[in-house]
Amino acid sequence: MGDFDNKKTFSATDDSVVVIIGSGAGGGTLANELAQKGVDVVLLEAGGLHEPGDFIADEWPSFQQLAWTDMRTVTGDWRVARDFPNLPAWICKTVGGTSVHWAGASLRFEEHEFRARSTYGDLKGAQLLDWPVTLDEMAPYYARAEQKMGITRTEGLPGLPGNNNFKAMYAGATKAGYTQCSTGRMAINPVVRDGRTHCMQRGFCFQGCRYSAKWSTLYTEIPRGIATGHLELRSGAHVSRIEHDAKGKVSGVVYFDNGKEQRQKARIVAVAGNSIETPRLLLNSASSTFDTGLANSSDQVGRNYMRHTTGSVWGVFDQPVHMFRGTTMAGIVRDEARHDPSRGFVGGYELETIALGPSFLAAFFDPGGWGADFTAAMDSYANMAGMWIVGEDMPRATNRVTINGGVKDQLGIPVANVHYDDHDNDKAMREHAFKTGEKIYNAAGATRTYRTPPYPSTHNLGTARMSAKPKDGVVNAHGQSHDIKNLFVSDGSQFTTSAQENPTLTIVTLAIRQAEYIAAQMQARAV
Amino acid sequence: MSVIQLTRRGFLRNTGGLLAGTLLFASGPIALLSPTKSWAMPMQTLDDQQGKTLLVFSRHLYPHKDMEDAIYALVVKDLDAAAAKDPAVKQLLVDGVAELTEAGWLSKSPQAQLETVKALAGKPFFEKVRSTAVVSLYSNDMAYAYFGYGGAQGDAGYIFRGFNDLTWLPDPPASASGPVPTV
Repeated sequence: MGDFDNKKTFSATDDSVVVIIGSGAGGGTLANELAQKGVDVVLLEAGGLHEPGDFIADEWPSFQQLAWTDMRTVTGDWRVARDFPNLPAWICKTVGGTSVHWAGASLRFEEHEFRARSTYGDLKGAQLLDWPVTLDEMAPYYARAEQKMGITRTEGLPGLPGNNNFKAMYAGATKAGYTQCSTGRMAINPVVRDGRTHCMQRGFCFQGCRYSAKWSTLYTEIPRGIATGHLELRSGAHVSRIEHDAKGKVSGVVYFDNGKEQRQKARIVAVAGNSIETPRLLLNSASSTFDTGLANSSDQVGRNYMRHTTGSVWGVFDQPVHMFRGTTMAGIVRDEARHDPSRGFVGGYELETIALGPSFLAAFFDPGGWGADFTAAMDSYANMAGMWIVGEDMPRATNRVTINGGVKDQLGIPVANVHYDDHDNDKAMREHAFKTGEKIYNAAGATRTYRTPPYPSTHNLGTARMSAKPKDGVVNAHGQSHDIKNLFVSDGSQFTTSAQENPTLTIVTLAIRQAEYIAAQMQARAV
Repeated sequence: MSVIQLTRRGFLRNTGGLLAGTLLFASGPIALLSPTKSWAMPMQTLDDQQGKTLLVFSRHLYPHKDMEDAIYALVVKDLDAAAAKDPAVKQLLVDGVAELTEAGWLSKSPQAQLETVKALAGKPFFEKVRSTAVVSLYSNDMAYAYFGYGGAQGDAGYIFRGFNDLTWLPDPPASASGPVPTV
C-alpha cells in the first residue's frame, strides 16, 4: 500500500541514522517526531505489516495475527504463571505495536503520582521512587500528545456516546453514590478529524480499528514519517542484539530479516520493544565490556516490572446488555482514583468498562475453570456487563524480566522470563476494587456478579526506569541511558512508577519530549 | 470460523470414523445457519467410538444444556486434527478413551459419567480435552449464534444497529456521554 512505501532507504553502513527498535506508541511516535525535524531514522519492527483492511473481527484468529506469541516463560505467585505459563502479556508484534490493540483510554497522570515515593512513603518490599520529571514539566507535552491523538473531552472534542455496557456502569455508579462516571477521555475520534472517520461502535477495538477511528501509530505517525523522506520502515525485522564500539558507545544493531542476520549501523539507538522485549534485548546484548547487559551498571534493567493492579468484575442482569456492541472501553469511574490510605492501601485505581466475546470470556474469566458453574456464567453472556480495574501496583526489585538461558525462541535467541509476585498493597487494592465493582453492578440491579483474576498483562512497565540518580534506575529524565549517551529507551519501560492511569498517553508524551531532546543533542553534537 | 481443509495428505490419511447427529432445535439460531437438520463430521484418525466418547466428555466439561451436539463436534474435530498431526497426542487421547471404554463409561448414567470426569481433573488426558474445548467450543459461528453474540456481523459497526439500545436502564445525561454522529 502506498502509505508504507519508503521514499528513502538508508544503507546498512550509514552510521548517521537513528535506529529505533519497535514501532508502537513510543517508537512510532519518536520516529515521526524526529523525521518531521529532518532527522534520518531507520524504524525496525519485528512484526509484519497488517493494515486495517487485514484486521479480523474474531478474537482468536485476530490474536494469532497481531499478538506477540514468541516464547516467553513466567514465574511468581501471580495466577498468570499457572494459567498462562508462556503468555505473561497480551501485547503486539505488528507494525504499530500495541497501539494497534489498545482500547484508547488516555488520562494524564496526577501530580502526586510523579512523586510516588515522597507521597506514599517507603513501603517495605517495594522500591518506590520519585520520577525525575514533574507534572508541570510534562503538561505542555501532554497537551501536544492530546492534540496529536485527538482525545475526547479535550481541545473542544465531545465525549463518545455511551453504549449499553456504559449504561449499566453509569446507572450502578450513580446509584452507589459515585459522581465521576463518564465515557472518559479516549483516543478515538468522536467526529471526523485528522483525515480519519469517527467511531462506528464496532466493539473490536482490541482487534485493530477497521475504520482507523482509534489512534494508532500504524496509520498516523508511521505513514506521516515516511512521507517526509526521513523515515525508513523495515518490518519483519527482529533485533537480536545492540552492538557497541571500543569507547562503549552503541554503534549499531543486529537483526533477523526473513531468517537472515543483518547489521544496521547507527549514530543513536532508541529501544521501544515494550517492557519485556526491551530489557531482554539490553540483557542479551551483554559483552565483555558490559557483562551484565547494556545500560545496566545499576543492575536495574529488567527490574521493577509493573503491570497495574488489574482484575475484572462482570455483572449479570435480568435483561440483555449485549456489552460487545460498541467501544470496548469508553466508560470510566474515577472516584477511587486518588491517594487515600484510609482505604488500606496507597495509590488509587480506575474502573473502566470492558467487553469480551464468548471466546475470550471463556478463556479468561476463570482460567482452567469447567463444569456447571462455568457454563452458568457463560450462558448469561447476552445479559452481562463488564468492567476492568486499573490500579497503581508497586515497583519491586524482585519483579523482573530476566533471561531464561535454558529456552531459546525460533531465532535461537534466549527468551525472557517474567517474574511477578503481588505486593500486599496490590492485593488490598484489588480486593477493594472488586468490592467496588460488585457494589456498582448490584446497585444497577445485577442478579449475580463474577470476579476475574488479572489477564496476561496488557500494561507492561518499569523495566528500564527513569531515575534522578544512576544507581536507582536505567535512564534519565529524557529516557537516555545513564551509562551510554547514545542509547535511549522510548517505551513504557521508562516508567519510574506505574500510576493508576492507562500508560499510552504518557508514553506518547514522553516520546514527543524525547524527540525534542535528541534533536537538540544531535544539533549540539553532544550525542 | 470452522473450515475443513482437505489436502491430499488429509485424504490419504482419512482412515477415521464419522461423528453424526441431528439438531435438537428445529428453529433455533443454529438451525437457521444449517441447511439440514442432520449433520455429519468425518474424522481423520479417530474412530466412531472415540469421537463419540470425546464428544460426551466435552459435554460434561462444558455442560450447556441447550447447546447442540454439532457445536461440541467442533471440539472433537480439533482434537482429531491434533491427533492426526502428532502421534503423542493421538496416543494420549486413544489411551484416555480406552480407559473410559473399559469401564463402560458411555453406558453409565450422566451422574456417574460426571463422577469419572471429576476424578480425572488435572490429569493429562482431561487437560488436553479441556484446554482444546475451551477454545474450540467458544470460537465458532454456531457458538456465537447460541450466545447471541454478533461476531463478524458487527464488523461494520453497531452505531446504527443497537449499540446503545437498552431501555431498561435510564440513558446517561449528555455530560456523561456524548452525541451520536449522524453520518
